[in-house]
Amino acid sequence: MPASTTPASPPSFGTLVLRWYRINRDGLRATAIGIVSLLAFLLVWHLLTTYRVVFFVRFTNVPSPLAVYASFTKAIHDPKFLLHIALSCRRIFIGFSLAAIVGVPLGLIMGRFKLVHEIIFPVAEVLRPIPAIAWVPMAIMLWPTNEQSIVYITFLGSFFPILVNTLHGMSLVDPVLVRAAQCLGARERSIFREVYFPASLPHIFTGLTVGMGVAWVSLIAAEMISGQYGIGYFTWEAYSLVQYADIALGMIAIGVLGLGSSMLIRGAGQLVMPWRLK
Amino acid sequence: MNEILTKAPQGHIAVRNFSLSYDSIEGPVEAVTDTQIHVKPGEFVSIVGPSGCGKSTLLNAVAGFLKPTTGIVTVDGEKVNGPSAERGMVFQQYSLFPWKTVRENVEFGLKMRGMPRSQRERAARTLLGLAGLEAFEKHYPDKLSGGMKQRVGIVRALATGPKVLLLDEPFGALDAQTRVIMQQILTNMWQRLKISVLFVTHDIDEAIFLSDRVYCMTARPGSIKAEIPIPLERPRQQSMMMSSEFLALRRGLMSLIREESIKAMGGEISDMGLQGLNIELHGASLADVI
Repeated sequence: MPASTTPASPPSFGTLVLRWYRINRDGLRATAIGIVSLLAFLLVWHLLTTYRVVFFVRFTNVPSPLAVYASFTKAIHDPKFLLHIALSCRRIFIGFSLAAIVGVPLGLIMGRFKLVHEIIFPVAEVLRPIPAIAWVPMAIMLWPTNEQSIVYITFLGSFFPILVNTLHGMSLVDPVLVRAAQCLGARERSIFREVYFPASLPHIFTGLTVGMGVAWVSLIAAEMISGQYGIGYFTWEAYSLVQYADIALGMIAIGVLGLGSSMLIRGAGQLVMPWRLK
Repeated sequence: MNEILTKAPQGHIAVRNFSLSYDSIEGPVEAVTDTQIHVKPGEFVSIVGPSGCGKSTLLNAVAGFLKPTTGIVTVDGEKVNGPSAERGMVFQQYSLFPWKTVRENVEFGLKMRGMPRSQRERAARTLLGLAGLEAFEKHYPDKLSGGMKQRVGIVRALATGPKVLLLDEPFGALDAQTRVIMQQILTNMWQRLKISVLFVTHDIDEAIFLSDRVYCMTARPGSIKAEIPIPLERPRQQSMMMSSEFLALRRGLMSLIREESIKAMGGEISDMGLQGLNIELHGASLADVI
Protein backbone atom coordinates (compact mmCIF):
# COMPACT_ATOMS: atom_id res chain seq x y z
CA MET A 1 0.00 0.00 0.00
CA PRO A 2 1.53 3.33 -1.00
CA ALA A 3 0.14 5.21 2.02
CA SER A 4 2.01 3.00 4.48
CA THR A 5 5.36 3.42 2.68
CA THR A 6 5.23 7.22 2.80
CA PRO A 7 4.64 8.13 6.43
CA ALA A 8 5.25 11.84 5.71
CA SER A 9 1.79 12.43 4.23
CA PRO A 10 -0.97 11.41 6.65
CA PRO A 11 -3.40 8.94 5.11
CA SER A 12 -6.81 10.30 4.18
CA PHE A 13 -9.88 9.51 6.25
CA GLY A 14 -11.07 7.17 3.54
CA THR A 15 -7.91 5.06 3.63
CA LEU A 16 -8.05 4.91 7.42
CA VAL A 17 -11.61 3.62 7.36
CA LEU A 18 -10.67 1.12 4.69
CA ARG A 19 -7.66 -0.07 6.67
CA TRP A 20 -9.65 -0.32 9.89
CA TYR A 21 -12.22 -2.36 8.04
CA ARG A 22 -9.58 -4.67 6.58
CA ILE A 23 -7.97 -5.32 9.97
CA ASN A 24 -11.28 -5.89 11.76
CA ARG A 25 -13.06 -7.69 8.97
CA ASP A 26 -13.30 -11.03 10.78
CA GLY A 27 -14.60 -9.47 13.98
CA LEU A 28 -17.19 -7.41 12.10
CA ARG A 29 -18.32 -10.46 10.20
CA ALA A 30 -18.82 -12.45 13.41
CA THR A 31 -20.75 -9.58 15.01
CA ALA A 32 -22.98 -9.14 11.98
CA ILE A 33 -23.77 -12.84 11.76
CA GLY A 34 -24.38 -12.93 15.51
CA ILE A 35 -26.93 -10.13 15.32
CA VAL A 36 -28.70 -11.71 12.35
CA SER A 37 -28.81 -15.06 14.12
CA LEU A 38 -30.31 -13.54 17.27
CA LEU A 39 -32.92 -11.69 15.20
CA ALA A 40 -33.77 -14.91 13.37
CA PHE A 41 -34.22 -16.66 16.71
CA LEU A 42 -36.63 -13.92 17.83
CA LEU A 43 -38.50 -14.12 14.53
CA VAL A 44 -38.92 -17.91 14.72
CA TRP A 45 -40.02 -17.59 18.33
CA HIS A 46 -42.49 -14.88 17.30
CA LEU A 47 -43.94 -16.95 14.44
CA LEU A 48 -44.20 -20.16 16.48
CA THR A 49 -46.08 -18.41 19.27
CA THR A 50 -48.25 -16.14 17.14
CA TYR A 51 -49.53 -19.09 15.08
CA ARG A 52 -49.64 -21.36 18.18
CA VAL A 53 -47.83 -24.13 16.36
CA VAL A 54 -48.38 -27.67 17.65
CA PHE A 55 -45.90 -30.09 16.20
CA PHE A 56 -44.96 -32.64 18.88
CA VAL A 57 -44.01 -29.59 20.96
CA ARG A 58 -46.93 -27.36 21.89
CA PHE A 59 -46.44 -23.63 21.57
CA THR A 60 -50.06 -23.00 22.54
CA ASN A 61 -49.28 -21.43 25.91
CA VAL A 62 -45.77 -20.20 25.20
CA PRO A 63 -45.61 -16.41 25.50
CA SER A 64 -44.55 -14.43 22.43
CA PRO A 65 -41.43 -12.23 22.49
CA LEU A 66 -43.65 -9.13 22.59
CA ALA A 67 -45.54 -10.45 25.59
CA VAL A 68 -42.27 -11.13 27.37
CA TYR A 69 -41.02 -7.66 26.51
CA ALA A 70 -44.21 -6.19 27.92
CA SER A 71 -43.77 -8.07 31.18
CA PHE A 72 -40.12 -7.01 31.23
CA THR A 73 -41.00 -3.30 31.02
CA LYS A 74 -43.46 -3.84 33.85
CA ALA A 75 -41.03 -5.88 35.92
CA ILE A 76 -38.14 -3.39 35.91
CA HIS A 77 -40.39 -0.91 37.70
CA ASP A 78 -41.48 -3.58 40.16
CA PRO A 79 -39.30 -3.47 43.31
CA LYS A 80 -40.24 -7.07 44.05
CA PHE A 81 -38.73 -8.32 40.78
CA LEU A 82 -35.57 -6.32 41.42
CA LEU A 83 -35.42 -7.79 44.90
CA HIS A 84 -35.58 -11.29 43.41
CA ILE A 85 -32.63 -10.49 41.21
CA ALA A 86 -30.66 -8.75 43.95
CA LEU A 87 -31.13 -11.67 46.32
CA SER A 88 -30.04 -14.22 43.73
CA CYS A 89 -26.96 -12.14 42.98
CA ARG A 90 -26.16 -11.87 46.67
CA ARG A 91 -26.45 -15.63 47.14
CA ILE A 92 -24.18 -16.23 44.15
CA PHE A 93 -21.70 -13.68 45.40
CA ILE A 94 -21.47 -15.15 48.89
CA GLY A 95 -21.58 -18.82 47.87
CA PHE A 96 -19.15 -18.43 44.99
CA SER A 97 -16.74 -16.20 46.91
CA LEU A 98 -16.62 -18.69 49.77
CA ALA A 99 -16.00 -21.51 47.31
CA ALA A 100 -13.13 -19.56 45.74
CA ILE A 101 -11.68 -18.51 49.09
CA VAL A 102 -11.70 -22.12 50.33
CA GLY A 103 -11.21 -24.01 47.06
CA VAL A 104 -8.23 -22.18 45.57
CA PRO A 105 -5.94 -22.23 48.63
CA LEU A 106 -6.98 -25.77 49.44
CA GLY A 107 -6.16 -26.87 45.90
CA LEU A 108 -2.79 -25.09 46.04
CA ILE A 109 -1.89 -26.69 49.36
CA MET A 110 -3.09 -30.13 48.26
CA GLY A 111 -1.06 -29.78 45.09
CA ARG A 112 2.07 -28.88 47.00
CA PHE A 113 1.90 -31.18 50.01
CA LYS A 114 1.38 -34.84 49.27
CA LEU A 115 0.11 -35.72 52.74
CA VAL A 116 -2.66 -33.12 52.61
CA HIS A 117 -3.59 -34.43 49.18
CA GLU A 118 -3.66 -38.02 50.40
CA ILE A 119 -5.90 -37.10 53.33
CA ILE A 120 -8.40 -34.80 51.62
CA PHE A 121 -8.59 -36.15 48.09
CA PRO A 122 -10.53 -39.39 48.87
CA VAL A 123 -13.22 -37.47 50.76
CA ALA A 124 -13.48 -34.91 47.97
CA GLU A 125 -13.78 -37.66 45.38
CA VAL A 126 -16.66 -39.29 47.25
CA LEU A 127 -18.56 -36.03 47.75
CA ARG A 128 -17.85 -34.56 44.33
CA PRO A 129 -20.22 -36.68 42.19
CA ILE A 130 -23.21 -35.76 44.39
CA PRO A 131 -25.10 -33.03 42.51
CA ALA A 132 -25.67 -29.90 44.53
CA ILE A 133 -29.44 -30.34 44.13
CA ALA A 134 -29.25 -33.68 45.91
CA TRP A 135 -27.92 -31.75 48.89
CA VAL A 136 -31.12 -29.72 49.28
CA PRO A 137 -32.82 -31.84 51.96
CA MET A 138 -29.56 -32.28 53.85
CA ALA A 139 -28.79 -28.58 53.58
CA ILE A 140 -32.19 -27.68 55.03
CA MET A 141 -31.46 -29.94 57.98
CA LEU A 142 -27.91 -28.64 58.41
CA TRP A 143 -28.51 -24.92 58.35
CA PRO A 144 -30.81 -22.95 60.63
CA THR A 145 -32.21 -20.66 57.94
CA ASN A 146 -33.39 -21.21 54.40
CA GLU A 147 -31.09 -18.46 53.19
CA GLN A 148 -28.02 -20.19 54.58
CA SER A 149 -28.93 -23.53 53.07
CA ILE A 150 -29.36 -21.95 49.62
CA VAL A 151 -25.98 -20.21 49.89
CA TYR A 152 -24.50 -23.52 51.03
CA ILE A 153 -25.86 -25.30 47.94
CA THR A 154 -24.42 -22.56 45.72
CA PHE A 155 -21.11 -22.91 47.52
CA LEU A 156 -21.06 -26.67 47.00
CA GLY A 157 -21.86 -26.37 43.33
CA SER A 158 -18.90 -24.12 42.60
CA PHE A 159 -16.50 -25.54 45.17
CA PHE A 160 -15.59 -28.80 43.45
CA PRO A 161 -14.87 -27.43 39.97
CA ILE A 162 -12.65 -24.77 41.56
CA LEU A 163 -10.82 -27.30 43.72
CA VAL A 164 -10.33 -29.85 40.97
CA ASN A 165 -9.08 -27.32 38.42
CA THR A 166 -6.69 -25.72 40.90
CA LEU A 167 -5.29 -29.16 41.67
CA HIS A 168 -4.98 -29.87 37.98
CA GLY A 169 -3.12 -26.59 37.46
CA MET A 170 -0.73 -27.45 40.29
CA SER A 171 -0.01 -30.85 38.78
CA LEU A 172 0.97 -29.23 35.48
CA VAL A 173 3.50 -26.76 36.89
CA ASP A 174 6.71 -27.19 34.90
CA PRO A 175 9.32 -28.59 37.31
CA VAL A 176 12.06 -26.83 35.34
CA LEU A 177 10.57 -23.47 36.35
CA VAL A 178 10.74 -24.56 39.98
CA ARG A 179 14.40 -25.48 39.50
CA ALA A 180 15.06 -22.17 37.79
CA ALA A 181 13.60 -20.37 40.78
CA GLN A 182 15.61 -22.51 43.21
CA CYS A 183 18.94 -21.72 41.62
CA LEU A 184 18.05 -18.05 41.68
CA GLY A 185 17.85 -18.34 45.44
CA ALA A 186 14.08 -18.81 45.94
CA ARG A 187 12.95 -20.65 49.05
CA GLU A 188 9.77 -22.67 49.55
CA ARG A 189 7.50 -19.71 50.31
CA SER A 190 8.75 -17.65 47.37
CA ILE A 191 8.51 -20.61 45.02
CA PHE A 192 4.91 -21.04 46.06
CA ARG A 193 4.08 -17.39 45.50
CA GLU A 194 6.23 -16.72 42.45
CA VAL A 195 6.01 -20.02 40.57
CA TYR A 196 3.29 -22.43 41.66
CA PHE A 197 0.57 -19.83 42.08
CA PRO A 198 1.00 -17.87 38.83
CA ALA A 199 1.65 -21.09 36.89
CA SER A 200 -1.68 -22.49 38.13
CA LEU A 201 -3.65 -19.29 37.53
CA PRO A 202 -4.94 -20.21 34.05
CA HIS A 203 -6.43 -23.42 35.45
CA ILE A 204 -7.69 -21.66 38.54
CA PHE A 205 -9.62 -19.32 36.27
CA THR A 206 -10.97 -22.24 34.27
CA GLY A 207 -12.19 -23.60 37.60
CA LEU A 208 -13.74 -20.25 38.55
CA THR A 209 -15.56 -20.02 35.21
CA VAL A 210 -16.91 -23.56 35.42
CA GLY A 211 -17.66 -23.05 39.12
CA MET A 212 -19.66 -19.92 38.36
CA GLY A 213 -21.77 -21.83 35.85
CA VAL A 214 -22.48 -24.64 38.28
CA ALA A 215 -23.17 -22.09 41.03
CA TRP A 216 -26.06 -20.67 38.98
CA VAL A 217 -27.41 -24.13 38.16
CA SER A 218 -27.34 -25.06 41.84
CA LEU A 219 -28.79 -21.74 42.98
CA ILE A 220 -31.75 -21.84 40.63
CA ALA A 221 -32.56 -25.43 41.59
CA ALA A 222 -32.31 -24.61 45.28
CA GLU A 223 -34.49 -21.51 44.90
CA MET A 224 -37.13 -23.44 42.99
CA ILE A 225 -37.31 -26.13 45.64
CA SER A 226 -36.89 -24.31 48.90
CA GLY A 227 -36.78 -20.64 48.16
CA GLN A 228 -38.52 -17.55 49.13
CA TYR A 229 -37.35 -14.87 46.74
CA GLY A 230 -34.69 -15.23 44.13
CA ILE A 231 -34.96 -15.37 40.37
CA GLY A 232 -35.38 -19.18 40.40
CA TYR A 233 -38.26 -18.81 42.81
CA PHE A 234 -39.72 -16.03 40.64
CA THR A 235 -39.69 -18.34 37.59
CA TRP A 236 -41.31 -21.21 39.48
CA GLU A 237 -43.88 -18.90 41.07
CA ALA A 238 -44.78 -17.54 37.61
CA TYR A 239 -45.61 -21.07 36.55
CA SER A 240 -47.75 -21.68 39.63
CA LEU A 241 -49.57 -18.39 39.08
CA VAL A 242 -50.03 -19.07 35.34
CA GLN A 243 -48.00 -15.97 34.44
CA TYR A 244 -46.57 -17.48 31.28
CA ALA A 245 -44.71 -14.38 30.13
CA ASP A 246 -42.95 -14.19 33.49
CA ILE A 247 -41.65 -17.73 33.07
CA ALA A 248 -39.76 -16.68 29.95
CA LEU A 249 -38.71 -13.42 31.59
CA GLY A 250 -37.26 -15.34 34.55
CA MET A 251 -35.42 -17.69 32.21
CA ILE A 252 -33.95 -14.85 30.19
CA ALA A 253 -32.93 -13.02 33.35
CA ILE A 254 -31.12 -16.15 34.56
CA GLY A 255 -29.35 -16.42 31.21
CA VAL A 256 -28.27 -12.78 31.22
CA LEU A 257 -27.07 -12.96 34.84
CA GLY A 258 -25.11 -16.14 34.13
CA LEU A 259 -23.55 -14.60 31.04
CA GLY A 260 -22.71 -11.40 32.91
CA SER A 261 -21.04 -13.21 35.80
CA SER A 262 -18.91 -15.39 33.57
CA MET A 263 -17.85 -12.28 31.63
CA LEU A 264 -16.84 -10.69 34.93
CA ILE A 265 -14.63 -13.66 35.68
CA ARG A 266 -13.10 -13.62 32.24
CA GLY A 267 -12.37 -9.92 32.61
CA ALA A 268 -10.79 -10.52 36.01
CA GLY A 269 -8.69 -13.28 34.46
CA GLN A 270 -7.37 -10.92 31.81
CA LEU A 271 -6.52 -8.35 34.47
CA VAL A 272 -4.68 -10.88 36.61
CA MET A 273 -2.90 -12.64 33.75
CA PRO A 274 -1.71 -9.91 31.37
CA TRP A 275 0.91 -12.28 29.93
CA ARG A 276 -1.84 -14.39 28.39
CA LEU A 277 -3.19 -11.55 26.25
CA LYS A 278 -2.54 -12.20 22.61
CA MET B 1 26.16 -3.95 38.96
CA ASN B 2 29.82 -2.94 39.24
CA GLU B 3 30.18 -5.47 41.97
CA ILE B 4 29.20 -8.14 39.45
CA LEU B 5 31.55 -6.94 36.74
CA THR B 6 34.64 -6.47 38.85
CA LYS B 7 34.38 -9.52 41.06
CA ALA B 8 37.66 -11.34 41.49
CA PRO B 9 37.86 -14.69 39.72
CA GLN B 10 36.52 -17.45 41.92
CA GLY B 11 34.34 -20.46 41.58
CA HIS B 12 36.46 -23.56 41.72
CA ILE B 13 34.26 -26.57 40.97
CA ALA B 14 35.50 -29.97 42.07
CA VAL B 15 33.66 -33.26 41.58
CA ARG B 16 35.44 -36.16 43.26
CA ASN B 17 34.79 -39.94 43.23
CA PHE B 18 31.35 -39.13 41.97
CA SER B 19 28.73 -41.72 41.16
CA LEU B 20 24.99 -41.45 40.95
CA SER B 21 22.49 -44.26 40.69
CA TYR B 22 18.75 -44.43 41.01
CA ASP B 23 16.44 -47.24 42.07
CA SER B 24 14.43 -49.23 39.60
CA ILE B 25 12.46 -52.45 39.88
CA GLU B 26 15.47 -54.38 38.56
CA GLY B 27 17.68 -52.86 41.22
CA PRO B 28 19.89 -49.76 41.27
CA VAL B 29 20.79 -48.33 37.86
CA GLU B 30 24.02 -46.44 37.62
CA ALA B 31 23.77 -43.23 35.59
CA VAL B 32 27.22 -41.85 36.31
CA THR B 33 30.12 -43.76 37.78
CA ASP B 34 33.59 -43.00 39.14
CA THR B 35 33.83 -39.46 37.82
CA GLN B 36 36.29 -36.70 38.66
CA ILE B 37 36.10 -33.29 37.10
CA HIS B 38 37.18 -29.84 38.09
CA VAL B 39 36.81 -26.33 36.77
CA LYS B 40 39.38 -23.75 37.74
CA PRO B 41 38.27 -20.22 38.62
CA GLY B 42 37.42 -18.35 35.45
CA GLU B 43 37.78 -21.42 33.28
CA PHE B 44 35.34 -22.45 30.53
CA VAL B 45 34.88 -26.21 30.55
CA SER B 46 32.53 -28.31 28.43
CA ILE B 47 31.23 -31.82 28.86
CA VAL B 48 30.39 -33.71 25.69
CA GLY B 49 29.18 -37.26 25.32
CA PRO B 50 26.65 -39.48 23.60
CA SER B 51 23.01 -38.90 24.49
CA GLY B 52 21.98 -40.50 27.74
CA CYS B 53 25.55 -40.66 29.06
CA GLY B 54 24.67 -38.76 32.20
CA LYS B 55 26.26 -35.41 31.36
CA SER B 56 23.11 -33.54 32.37
CA THR B 57 22.90 -35.69 35.50
CA LEU B 58 26.39 -34.58 36.40
CA LEU B 59 25.52 -30.94 35.79
CA ASN B 60 22.35 -31.23 37.86
CA ALA B 61 24.42 -32.64 40.71
CA VAL B 62 26.74 -29.64 40.52
CA ALA B 63 23.66 -27.39 40.55
CA GLY B 64 22.47 -29.20 43.67
CA PHE B 65 19.30 -30.71 42.24
CA LEU B 66 20.61 -34.27 42.54
CA LYS B 67 22.55 -35.80 45.41
CA PRO B 68 25.55 -37.96 44.52
CA THR B 69 25.27 -41.60 45.59
CA THR B 70 28.96 -41.59 46.38
CA GLY B 71 31.57 -38.88 46.18
CA ILE B 72 31.33 -35.16 46.70
CA VAL B 73 30.73 -31.95 44.77
CA THR B 74 32.34 -28.79 46.08
CA VAL B 75 32.51 -25.17 44.93
CA ASP B 76 35.40 -23.23 46.44
CA GLY B 77 35.83 -26.01 48.96
CA GLU B 78 32.23 -25.85 50.16
CA LYS B 79 30.10 -28.92 49.75
CA VAL B 80 27.10 -28.53 47.46
CA ASN B 81 23.98 -29.40 49.45
CA GLY B 82 21.20 -28.04 47.28
CA PRO B 83 20.47 -25.39 44.67
CA SER B 84 21.70 -21.91 45.44
CA ALA B 85 22.06 -18.55 43.77
CA GLU B 86 25.84 -19.05 43.90
CA ARG B 87 25.50 -21.46 40.99
CA GLY B 88 23.55 -19.86 38.15
CA MET B 89 21.91 -22.23 35.73
CA VAL B 90 20.76 -21.89 32.13
CA PHE B 91 18.37 -24.49 30.79
CA GLN B 92 17.79 -25.78 27.29
CA GLN B 93 14.07 -25.01 27.53
CA TYR B 94 14.90 -21.37 28.48
CA SER B 95 12.60 -21.77 31.51
CA LEU B 96 11.76 -18.09 31.75
CA PHE B 97 8.77 -17.34 33.95
CA PRO B 98 6.00 -16.70 31.40
CA TRP B 99 4.10 -14.47 33.86
CA LYS B 100 7.01 -12.12 34.34
CA THR B 101 8.25 -9.55 31.88
CA VAL B 102 11.82 -9.76 30.60
CA ARG B 103 12.98 -7.31 33.25
CA GLU B 104 11.05 -9.04 36.04
CA ASN B 105 12.66 -12.32 35.02
CA VAL B 106 16.11 -10.78 35.28
CA GLU B 107 15.22 -9.14 38.60
CA PHE B 108 14.00 -12.38 40.12
CA GLY B 109 17.26 -13.47 41.75
CA LEU B 110 17.84 -9.99 43.16
CA LYS B 111 14.29 -9.91 44.50
CA MET B 112 14.87 -13.23 46.25
CA ARG B 113 17.93 -11.69 47.83
CA GLY B 114 15.75 -8.88 49.18
CA MET B 115 17.15 -6.06 47.06
CA PRO B 116 14.80 -3.04 47.03
CA ARG B 117 12.72 -2.58 43.89
CA SER B 118 14.32 0.55 42.47
CA GLN B 119 17.81 -0.83 42.94
CA ARG B 120 17.08 -4.13 41.27
CA GLU B 121 15.26 -2.41 38.44
CA ARG B 122 18.37 -0.40 37.74
CA ALA B 123 20.61 -3.47 37.91
CA ALA B 124 18.33 -5.44 35.59
CA ARG B 125 18.25 -2.58 33.05
CA THR B 126 22.04 -2.36 33.00
CA LEU B 127 22.36 -6.11 32.43
CA LEU B 128 19.70 -6.12 29.74
CA GLY B 129 21.55 -3.28 28.06
CA LEU B 130 24.71 -5.40 27.94
CA ALA B 131 22.77 -8.14 26.21
CA GLY B 132 21.13 -5.70 23.80
CA LEU B 133 17.70 -6.38 25.25
CA GLU B 134 16.78 -3.05 26.84
CA ALA B 135 14.06 -2.44 24.24
CA PHE B 136 12.32 -5.65 25.30
CA GLU B 137 12.32 -5.17 29.06
CA LYS B 138 8.52 -4.89 29.23
CA HIS B 139 7.81 -7.81 26.88
CA TYR B 140 6.60 -11.15 28.09
CA PRO B 141 8.84 -14.10 27.14
CA ASP B 142 6.12 -15.49 24.87
CA LYS B 143 6.73 -12.63 22.45
CA LEU B 144 10.48 -13.27 22.09
CA SER B 145 12.43 -15.42 19.65
CA GLY B 146 14.38 -18.43 20.95
CA GLY B 147 17.69 -16.61 20.80
CA MET B 148 16.30 -13.65 22.74
CA LYS B 149 14.76 -15.92 25.33
CA GLN B 150 18.05 -17.61 25.94
CA ARG B 151 19.86 -14.28 26.20
CA VAL B 152 17.38 -13.36 28.92
CA GLY B 153 18.00 -16.77 30.49
CA ILE B 154 21.74 -16.13 30.62
CA VAL B 155 21.36 -12.59 31.90
CA ARG B 156 18.94 -13.79 34.56
CA ALA B 157 21.40 -16.43 35.73
CA LEU B 158 24.21 -13.86 35.87
CA ALA B 159 22.21 -11.12 37.60
CA THR B 160 22.89 -12.37 41.11
CA GLY B 161 26.63 -12.51 40.44
CA PRO B 162 27.05 -16.28 40.84
CA LYS B 163 30.45 -17.88 41.28
CA VAL B 164 29.82 -20.37 38.50
CA LEU B 165 27.53 -20.60 35.54
CA LEU B 166 26.09 -23.98 34.58
CA LEU B 167 24.58 -24.41 31.13
CA ASP B 168 22.63 -27.49 30.07
CA GLU B 169 22.61 -27.63 26.24
CA PRO B 170 21.51 -24.00 26.24
CA PHE B 171 21.58 -23.59 22.48
CA GLY B 172 20.23 -27.01 21.58
CA ALA B 173 16.85 -25.69 20.51
CA LEU B 174 18.18 -22.82 18.38
CA ASP B 175 18.79 -22.75 14.65
CA ALA B 176 22.38 -22.88 13.39
CA GLN B 177 22.75 -19.14 12.70
CA THR B 178 21.34 -18.04 16.04
CA ARG B 179 23.48 -20.65 17.76
CA VAL B 180 26.69 -19.13 16.39
CA ILE B 181 25.69 -15.65 17.52
CA MET B 182 24.73 -16.92 20.95
CA GLN B 183 28.09 -18.64 21.32
CA GLN B 184 29.77 -15.34 20.54
CA ILE B 185 27.61 -13.50 23.07
CA LEU B 186 28.27 -16.09 25.76
CA THR B 187 32.02 -15.89 25.13
CA ASN B 188 31.93 -12.11 25.42
CA MET B 189 30.01 -12.19 28.68
CA TRP B 190 32.23 -14.87 30.12
CA GLN B 191 35.37 -12.91 29.31
CA ARG B 192 33.90 -9.80 30.87
CA LEU B 193 32.71 -11.46 34.04
CA LYS B 194 35.63 -13.88 34.54
CA ILE B 195 33.20 -16.45 35.82
CA SER B 196 33.74 -20.23 35.82
CA VAL B 197 31.56 -22.00 33.29
CA LEU B 198 30.52 -25.63 33.07
CA PHE B 199 28.81 -26.21 29.76
CA VAL B 200 27.02 -29.39 28.68
CA THR B 201 26.49 -30.00 24.98
CA HIS B 202 26.42 -32.74 22.41
CA ASP B 203 27.73 -30.38 19.73
CA ILE B 204 31.45 -30.98 19.31
CA ASP B 205 32.13 -27.76 17.35
CA GLU B 206 30.40 -25.75 20.01
CA ALA B 207 32.43 -27.40 22.78
CA ILE B 208 35.74 -26.74 21.02
CA PHE B 209 34.88 -23.22 19.97
CA LEU B 210 33.83 -22.15 23.48
CA SER B 211 36.03 -24.08 25.87
CA ASP B 212 39.41 -24.04 27.51
CA ARG B 213 39.01 -27.71 28.23
CA VAL B 214 36.57 -30.43 27.13
CA TYR B 215 35.62 -33.55 29.06
CA CYS B 216 34.39 -36.41 26.92
CA MET B 217 32.12 -38.89 28.66
CA THR B 218 31.61 -42.59 28.03
CA ALA B 219 28.27 -44.22 27.26
CA ARG B 220 26.06 -45.08 30.21
CA PRO B 221 27.02 -45.51 32.95
CA GLY B 222 28.86 -42.30 32.20
CA SER B 223 32.38 -41.56 33.34
CA ILE B 224 35.15 -39.37 31.98
CA LYS B 225 36.71 -41.01 28.94
CA ALA B 226 39.09 -38.22 28.04
CA GLU B 227 40.04 -34.70 28.99
CA ILE B 228 41.09 -32.54 26.05
CA PRO B 229 42.68 -29.13 26.48
CA ILE B 230 41.74 -26.65 23.75
CA PRO B 231 44.80 -24.51 23.13
CA LEU B 232 43.13 -22.23 20.56
CA GLU B 233 43.93 -18.60 21.24
CA ARG B 234 41.37 -16.06 22.38
CA PRO B 235 39.46 -14.09 21.38
CA ARG B 236 38.19 -16.77 19.07
CA GLN B 237 36.77 -15.98 15.68
CA GLN B 238 34.28 -17.87 13.63
CA SER B 239 36.97 -18.28 10.95
CA MET B 240 39.04 -20.42 13.35
CA MET B 241 36.58 -23.24 12.86
CA MET B 242 38.21 -23.86 9.48
CA SER B 243 41.78 -23.91 10.84
CA SER B 244 43.73 -27.17 10.76
CA GLU B 245 44.21 -26.95 14.53
CA PHE B 246 40.46 -26.78 15.09
CA LEU B 247 39.76 -29.55 12.62
CA ALA B 248 42.35 -31.82 14.24
CA LEU B 249 40.72 -31.31 17.65
CA ARG B 250 37.36 -31.94 16.07
CA ARG B 251 38.49 -35.19 14.46
CA GLY B 252 39.94 -36.44 17.73
CA LEU B 253 36.86 -35.62 19.73
CA MET B 254 34.59 -36.94 17.03
CA SER B 255 36.15 -40.39 17.01
CA LEU B 256 36.04 -40.55 20.82
CA ILE B 257 32.34 -39.76 20.80
CA ARG B 258 31.57 -42.04 17.92
CA GLU B 259 33.00 -45.03 19.74
CA GLU B 260 30.79 -44.26 22.70
CA SER B 261 27.68 -43.59 20.65
CA ILE B 262 28.04 -46.95 18.97
CA LYS B 263 28.48 -48.57 22.38
CA ALA B 264 25.35 -46.79 23.56
CA MET B 265 23.35 -47.74 20.50
CA GLY B 266 24.87 -51.18 19.97
CA GLY B 267 22.52 -52.85 22.38
CA GLU B 268 19.45 -51.26 20.80
CA ILE B 269 20.54 -52.11 17.27
CA SER B 270 21.23 -55.79 17.95
CA ASP B 271 18.02 -56.02 19.97
CA MET B 272 15.91 -54.74 17.12
CA GLY B 273 17.75 -56.73 14.49
CA LEU B 274 19.67 -55.03 11.72
CA GLN B 275 17.06 -55.86 9.09
CA GLY B 276 14.61 -53.66 10.90
CA LEU B 277 16.92 -50.68 10.46
CA ASN B 278 17.65 -51.38 6.79
CA ILE B 279 21.37 -51.43 7.40
CA GLU B 280 23.36 -53.67 5.05
CA LEU B 281 26.63 -54.64 6.68
CA HIS B 282 28.33 -56.29 3.67
CA GLY B 283 30.65 -58.09 6.00
CA ALA B 284 31.94 -54.89 7.61
CA SER B 285 31.73 -54.34 11.34
CA LEU B 286 29.05 -52.14 12.86
CA ALA B 287 31.60 -49.46 13.71
CA ASP B 288 32.54 -49.05 10.06
CA VAL B 289 28.99 -48.46 8.99
CA ILE B 290 27.79 -45.94 11.49
